[in-house]
Amino acid sequence: MSSLLRVEKLTAGYGMTPVLFEVDLELASGELIALIGANGAGKSTLLGALSGLVRVSSGTVRLADRLLTGLRPEMIVASGMVHVPQGRRLFSTMTVERNLLLGAYRRHDRQVRADFERILGYFPALANKLDREAGTLSGGEQQMVAIGRGLMARPTLLMIDEPSLGLAPNIVDRVMEIVKAINKDGTAVLLVEQDVVLALDMADRGYVLENGRIAMSGPAAELRRDPAVRKAYLGV
Amino acid sequence: MSLLALRDLGKRFGGVNALTDVSFAVDQGDVLGIIGPNGAGKTTLLNCISGLYTPDTGDIRWEAASIRGLAPYRIARLGIGRTFQIVRPFPSMTVRENTAMGALFGRPGARLQPGAALKEADTVLDVVGLGEKRNYPVLRLTVPDRKRLEVARGLAMRPRLLLLDEVMAGLNQVEVELALEMVRRVRDSGVTIVLIEHVMKVIVGVCSRALVLNFGRTLVEGPPADVLKDPRVIEAYLGQRYARDQEPPPYPPPQAGEGNEK
Repeated sequence: MSSLLRVEKLTAGYGMTPVLFEVDLELASGELIALIGANGAGKSTLLGALSGLVRVSSGTVRLADRLLTGLRPEMIVASGMVHVPQGRRLFSTMTVERNLLLGAYRRHDRQVRADFERILGYFPALANKLDREAGTLSGGEQQMVAIGRGLMARPTLLMIDEPSLGLAPNIVDRVMEIVKAINKDGTAVLLVEQDVVLALDMADRGYVLENGRIAMSGPAAELRRDPAVRKAYLGV
Repeated sequence: MSLLALRDLGKRFGGVNALTDVSFAVDQGDVLGIIGPNGAGKTTLLNCISGLYTPDTGDIRWEAASIRGLAPYRIARLGIGRTFQIVRPFPSMTVRENTAMGALFGRPGARLQPGAALKEADTVLDVVGLGEKRNYPVLRLTVPDRKRLEVARGLAMRPRLLLLDEVMAGLNQVEVELALEMVRRVRDSGVTIVLIEHVMKVIVGVCSRALVLNFGRTLVEGPPADVLKDPRVIEAYLGQRYARDQEPPPYPPPQAGEGNEK
């Protein structure tokens, strides 16, 4: 397994307050990794640090051997690492189609239209809603637009922050099926998810973040059985 | 007489019927859980009860009187508190000061003095489990704690009915357990509750009844255990994975203390 993403001793935070301490994380091409941890552990901060939104004070981030630390977010997107933020963060008064196309704003190739059609294939529910304002869609549909917008940048690694947030159980299932399909088609996925069982069931490997440090990592099935993980995150 | 009764409630937005003929009653001491697909009208329903929206048809009665069309602050002062899905604390204030706002402005009768409001804040912060963080600036709070603060602000109004809009969203299973204990404490203090959740553990764990909204209409209402087994609810809302995970494995028989896992 060659490593697609390699994070070494990453320390990051807000202002003078460090949130992450020397985080090491690795992810292979095409892998699906679950990042789990309590609220406040630093999961979203880690995604922010990887995508250049949160200042990194020390350590390195490499994607396909290219050093990304210190690059501006748009350069990181252009290099193939794309962040689907928590809470969708769509442009709510713009149409679904424009939201999706905005994901490709860094691209100047001729495949954007073709990608648009291909990506819509993952989201049949959006096909007849392209000219609706994104803010009028249901929560599940908005999450689909957010993921689709991320895909429009042609990522090799898609980072998705809590896609299940506020969604009905059957819609969570549908969104997760889509994430699995995207991963199966070759895009590596770093998934932050509160539903630990769901996340570990679909992931290849997992990392457990506690108080800003990686407390544990390993094959998802092993973490799922681990007594400490079960006690801390499943309450059993 | 019921504490709160809705009769044939309807609300339209342009050409969309957000709520159609919704009727239910909440008695003193009830914990009613409202579930249903995204876009089914759950938050619209809370907005009608708390006066942010005026329903187009039907009536809402609080004890003997109709509250339809009353301004939100008047409904609040009648004893109906609520939380919002998107929390909006005052960012420059502490946890305690934020909570005191509910006590200062949301209560019936004479206005409390600031000192009394802060004292009231301390009481409810203990109920929601934020007592030790009372002097934190709110920006330091994690997501679960911000949700607790939202509940505290509602409780500081001393409501008899509290409407909770997804206060467990974004919590992991252990955090949900802690939040459930908080809701039970609120219930045990004599507050009647109507809550919206997508976390079935909450519906089963604390609700005395559940109501499923689908496309703005009541699909099913009843005891939570029955509602969650209803094929129509599985079809429209829960999905097959939930239904499958609830079935006991064929063998070995489940051990005592197990089987709580989702």
